[in-house]
Amino acid sequence: MLGEVVITPFAEYPFMARALVGSLAISLGAAPIGVFLMLRRMSLIGDAMAHAILPGAALGFILGGLSLGAMTLGGLAAGFGVALGSGLVARSTLVKEDMALAAFYLMSLALGVTLVSASRAQIDVLALLFGSILALDDATLVLIVAVASVTLALLALGYRGLVMECLDPGFAAGVSRAGPLFHLGFLALVVLNLVAGFHALGTLLVVGIMMLPAGTARLWSDDVAAMLGIAVLAALIANIAGLLLSFHAGLASGPAIILVAGGLYLASLVFAPLGLLRRYLPRRHLEA
Amino acid sequence: MADPARDAAPLLAFHDLTLGYDRHPAVHHLTGAIAPGALMAIAGPNGGGKSTLLKAIAGRLAPLGGRIENRAARLAYMPQIADLSRDFPISVLDLALTGLCGRRGMFGGLARAEREAARAAIEAVGLHGFETRSIRTLSGGQLQRLLFARLMLQDADLILLDEPFTAIDARTTEDLVAIIHRWHGEGRTVLAVLHDLPLIRAHFPKTLLLARDPVGWGPTPAILTESRLAAARAMSEAFDRFAPECTRAA
Repeated sequence: MLGEVVITPFAEYPFMARALVGSLAISLGAAPIGVFLMLRRMSLIGDAMAHAILPGAALGFILGGLSLGAMTLGGLAAGFGVALGSGLVARSTLVKEDMALAAFYLMSLALGVTLVSASRAQIDVLALLFGSILALDDATLVLIVAVASVTLALLALGYRGLVMECLDPGFAAGVSRAGPLFHLGFLALVVLNLVAGFHALGTLLVVGIMMLPAGTARLWSDDVAAMLGIAVLAALIANIAGLLLSFHAGLASGPAIILVAGGLYLASLVFAPLGLLRRYLPRRHLEA
Repeated sequence: MADPARDAAPLLAFHDLTLGYDRHPAVHHLTGAIAPGALMAIAGPNGGGKSTLLKAIAGRLAPLGGRIENRAARLAYMPQIADLSRDFPISVLDLALTGLCGRRGMFGGLARAEREAARAAIEAVGLHGFETRSIRTLSGGQLQRLLFARLMLQDADLILLDEPFTAIDARTTEDLVAIIHRWHGEGRTVLAVLHDLPLIRAHFPKTLLLARDPVGWGPTPAILTESRLAAARAMSEAFDRFAPECTRAA
């Protein structure tokens, strides 16, 4: 019975198996990125960045048609441009990073919409916004898995620098000149993961698999290393459960995954060790 | 006025140094030298340029004029308001260990001896037993003790402290002053911005009294006199938007 519900869909339907591989790979890369975004109080940056990427992908589509390469390159170019531009503005002027990013992504978005309406190409905007995880081809899967691998390797390598930059940027600047490099490299990873993820979940929903598991993890642990593991676990559960839910109930897959991730977050908000229940169910205080 | 540089090779020297913001000076024409191993307090009114001077020594502010000569191999700087994000999910032990980043870099692994050194530093500042606690649970005084443990692990030969005892109780101050004396005994150079004159008189052999212009620099008893303190107080921190350009010769 359980095997029929949980295993058969993935074993017998190749599109489900592909969706599973793709979404698991996205979880491995995007969830830890989300934890660092949250710790840097940049939780909404992913959303802004996703808007910045959309016009680039659309431009790639206009120029190259529905091609993985053209849309990926377009998305990366727009994303890196906005990330680098806002990073430089924030570090060299009094304009803070959120304002700098807001300015660039709004310009990017307006430019993208202008280009799309000026062109005669028919763009499937829904697919761009919400992805098509049940239609992942080989090339897209390779791209997603490659990005996840690069992300994990670079996060492992830059872990200390990233933690230092979030924890105490002034101190990090005092002991190492590499601070801005860690920051820009991290933003590049954000863009890379958003671009890889938008093929599966779309530019808007991919932010969900980045941020919701991170929020969940914050409620379960007070240790950054443990939070990274919990976030990945939550993202994996959301992907598997979301795909099964969409399969059995006939729901759209991308939104189903994000809804499960949201459900895990809401449940954690109430029941997790650092959640509401623990706060409002008084336990006797300790002696010291 | 400046303490003459008797030592052939001072650790730190200011040459007609002017520091400030938007062309308005906060430290004006400061010249002098600090010998290796000095234990010096920097006193003076608010707006007198004390924090600005430390910031510039730490390399975080470029001079408007003159220059700083710094021969310290390793510098540790504790700002008045730390950038530290207090709700970051990190333990007391791990935060202390970040003090090793200057020496170990951002990539290298940590040796067992270094973890032991971190535990020893935590014990030395009186936080034994707090190693696994999250930093968000610490009181202001406990956090200051922890930041001193991190300073110890930085193993710097020049240590800059900006008002390290503001809002810190007497007992904690006493413990942390003992650590400053320990650093002094180890031959490290310590510069501390302080407002507590009795504390300076009791523990700091040298003092720089700064009220934008240097009011006095030398042995503490000769500097913290009624007349000099009155002179420092008299120098207002008034901001003159239309101040003319300074024409004092270098």
